[in-house]
Amino acid sequence: MLQPVIDDDGAPFWEYAAEGELRIQECTSCNELRFPPRPCCPHCQSFESDWRLMSGRARIWSYVFPHPPLLPEYAEMAPYNAVVVELADAPQIRLVGNVVAEAGARLDSVDPGKLRIGARVQVVFAEVEGMTVPQWLLERP
Amino acid sequence: MATLKDATAIVGIGQTPFAKQLPESEKALACRAIVAALEDAGIAPSEVDGFASYTMEETDEVEVAKAIGAGDVTFFSKIGYGGGGSCATVGHLASAIATGQANVGIAWRSRKRGSGPRPWKNTAVQLPTPGQWTRPFGLLRPADEIGLLARRYMHEYGATRDHLFNVALACRNRANQNPAAMMYERPMTRDSYMTSRWISDPLCLFDNCLETDGALACVIVSAERARDCRQKPVYVHSAAQGLPAQHHGMVNYWNDDPLTGPAWTAARHLWKQADFGPEDVDVAQIYDAFTPLIPLSLEGYGFCGRGEGASYTEGGALEIGGRLPINTSGGGLSEAYVHGFNLITEGVKQLRGVSTAQVPNAATCLVTAGEGVPTSAILLRS
Repeated sequence: MLQPVIDDDGAPFWEYAAEGELRIQECTSCNELRFPPRPCCPHCQSFESDWRLMSGRARIWSYVFPHPPLLPEYAEMAPYNAVVVELADAPQIRLVGNVVAEAGARLDSVDPGKLRIGARVQVVFAEVEGMTVPQWLLERP
Repeated sequence: MATLKDATAIVGIGQTPFAKQLPESEKALACRAIVAALEDAGIAPSEVDGFASYTMEETDEVEVAKAIGAGDVTFFSKIGYGGGGSCATVGHLASAIATGQANVGIAWRSRKRGSGPRPWKNTAVQLPTPGQWTRPFGLLRPADEIGLLARRYMHEYGATRDHLFNVALACRNRANQNPAAMMYERPMTRDSYMTSRWISDPLCLFDNCLETDGALACVIVSAERARDCRQKPVYVHSAAQGLPAQHHGMVNYWNDDPLTGPAWTAARHLWKQADFGPEDVDVAQIYDAFTPLIPLSLEGYGFCGRGEGASYTEGGALEIGGRLPINTSGGGLSEAYVHGFNLITEGVKQLRGVSTAQVPNAATCLVTAGEGVPTSAILLRS
């Protein structure tokens, strides 16, 4: 599996994820959330930011089922799901991820027929090859 | 204010064969396409003093210039964002020639994407920002990234796979008229489309462009010089690039309206400079790495309203004789995928009146680069 290649801007997201928290970068000057993280606020140009804790509730915004040709570890699980979710606390903030049957389960662990746009999901965190990543559980599996 | 309008013209085009695998190197293919384009124009290579290509082009100007025997070169430029750069190669040269930075410009693209590596497999390049937010979750390829937008588009606007089929079929039908097309002898039916394998559900095999080895080039000079060239000039009427506010590239999931993209930005600038509008376009060459880019582009370039791009494709609208014939060489879906450069040369052929799927009396052509990435577009007129 591919590991995130983390840059300066993204590092806090992954550090909080390792503690089981979903946090999104927030401008401390104008309080706008922004994702992906970046050095300065596109609204007020402040370079000061903090990381706001999210409830972890979200809805599926879209999804695909990739089929080969894929990188070998992913081809072995294909077709699996890759989704975009929009956060309940801040619908303009969307995250790419996977809907799984339980934390740490394979990317193909949910019946594809269970996925639909608008379905409610909840974040969980799982260690994948030494790296903690967010995953998503269907509220009504 | 100085204007680009009709100040320059494309006077030569050249191309190699298109195939899954060609024996020659990308460099040799580039040189063949460029020499052919200069021959077509009737201009000596020693007169070439400007170059433009894509940042993804692996043969640089030094290699090309010394191989073809170019003169002293005074303008050279590379445009980023993969297929989004195609029309900007012409746009940059038009700007350079109109402002006296160069006199004879060559735009080109050579690529062995058919037999060479798939870029998404190079994870060392693909993983850094914004890849950290997508790649670990198995969103590996452009088809997956566009597939997410396609599913959302279908959900919001009631678009169906039949609409995407309309796009694939129009391109295939034109390829079946074009002996140079990779799919010349390969007709497509609704059944063959619907039963083809998935690549990234909701996108099937035929929603994806071809994998091609090949190269193309064109020659651009001032309008004044064009009148003395061998071929009928095809004027660059308008040119634009587009990087919208808060756009994120092919993973455009992080702004207020992900289903509008760079086409909208490029279009506003393109039409602002033009003497005609979308309703006056006789034929269009619309970047088609994936079928959903066509309905998005039809909306972005103003051929229909928001959410109407899919229904626009109904009733043979994109076929010869339809409201807007598109991709008349077969496009990236069915002629060749060389980062959209064949769309530029096909636009020139239409306005010369020599396409294999000629639109009668075509006098205006829109050519677009990749939607979904920072893009570019040109309006051509005869």
